[in-house]
Amino acid sequence: IKYKKKKKEWQTATTIIAVEFNGGVVLGSDSRVSAGETVVNRVMNKLSLLHDKIYCALSGSAADAQTIAEMVNYQLDVHSIEIGEDPQVRSAATLVKNISYKYKEELSAHLIVAGWDRRGGGQVFVTLNGLLSRQPFAVGGSGSSYVYGFVDAEYQKGMSKEDCQQFVVNTISLAMSRDGSSGGVAYLVTIDEKGAEEKCILGNELPTFYDQ
Amino acid sequence: MAAATATRFCQQLSSVSDMSPDWTTKEVSTGTTIMAVEYEGGVVIGADSRTTTGAYIANRVTDKLTPIHDRIFCCRSGSAADTQAIADIVTYQLGFHSIELDEAPLVQTAANLFKASCYRYREELMAGIIVAGWDKRRGGQVYTVPVGGMLVRQPVSVGGSGSTYIYGFMDSNYKPNMTKEQCLHLVSGALSLAMERDGSSGGVIRLAAISESGVERQVILGNQLPKWSTA
Repeated sequence: IKYKKKKKEWQTATTIIAVEFNGGVVLGSDSRVSAGETVVNRVMNKLSLLHDKIYCALSGSAADAQTIAEMVNYQLDVHSIEIGEDPQVRSAATLVKNISYKYKEELSAHLIVAGWDRRGGGQVFVTLNGLLSRQPFAVGGSGSSYVYGFVDAEYQKGMSKEDCQQFVVNTISLAMSRDGSSGGVAYLVTIDEKGAEEKCILGNELPTFYDQ
Repeated sequence: MAAATATRFCQQLSSVSDMSPDWTTKEVSTGTTIMAVEYEGGVVIGADSRTTTGAYIANRVTDKLTPIHDRIFCCRSGSAADTQAIADIVTYQLGFHSIELDEAPLVQTAANLFKASCYRYREELMAGIIVAGWDKRRGGQVYTVPVGGMLVRQPVSVGGSGSTYIYGFMDSNYKPNMTKEQCLHLVSGALSLAMERDGSSGGVIRLAAISESGVERQVILGNQLPKWSTA
């Protein structure tokens, strides 16, 4: 009888962040997917499209998070056809929350939903464990523990788009340097009235700090 | 079916040991935030002031900055009993050594004494200690002896349960060759951020600046803590 060692599940144990600014949101993430100690994907984009101007950031179990994002993408497409216009960010977040809450015992993924809509401007929602809450900014994933102090100190209300982008890049860079489960490159998505702009910042272009 | 659901529902409502509060069974712990920074001419150390037994705060004005010698302090985190016992032992050993040497002991010596105890009894102990002080040979020094008994010198070090939340803040705000005032500002800012996020840290901030001229201690009370825009 052979004993098969249980495969380590793929985790996007990670760092994700989303910040509101006047007129839109900025989302950021690292790019590491690990299975135990192995890095199985070092360039994964964890910022997943839910709709034209609504993205979500994935963390936790890679399979769970991706599946939730795909399901909500489909549900949002149907919903936006039914209402005949772009969906609200709150609708997308509610759809994510419904799945996270209904299957909370089986799933272990946390998605941060952020986007722009005509009614509310830039909005960030957290859906951890099945709650739904709007916040000016949100961090998530294993690397987020290390940057709670930094984001608490550096976040100011009413930052400009460029300030938000710099804030997100700095946060991701700090978390990646401390968290073994975060690393690779940084992905950035900026969403405003005009649309979504995706950006990738390579490892050597990230900001460095005193011990690097 | 209804009875089974009711039992499950009841179990979820109440916590595990319902008969007695958790602080009767939990060990006293300085789940905490401690920090030490070197500057030109000395060190600045800081700590919060909360000691917990489970969810109960046993002491809300703890002094976790313990003098080991005239210009050598240690910051304690982990089990309160373990760290107090180790600190007492090292204080004795260092005092004895200093008399034999007939001069002030080195910070490195104190740190090695901590390491010796923490490493030898690593299976029994739960202690994370930062040793910091000033001596004639090398000036201000910070040595960290985390759980397990490693020893390493660092220009800036944080420890305790609250330290995870301020690694990012520390990395971005620490610069080499800061002045004493900048160090005090950095430490009090970092500790107040950690106390905001970590349930096991809180109370007041205790600070100490150690240099050739001696030790200056200060306390920052709850209402005087540095404020941040999200608070």
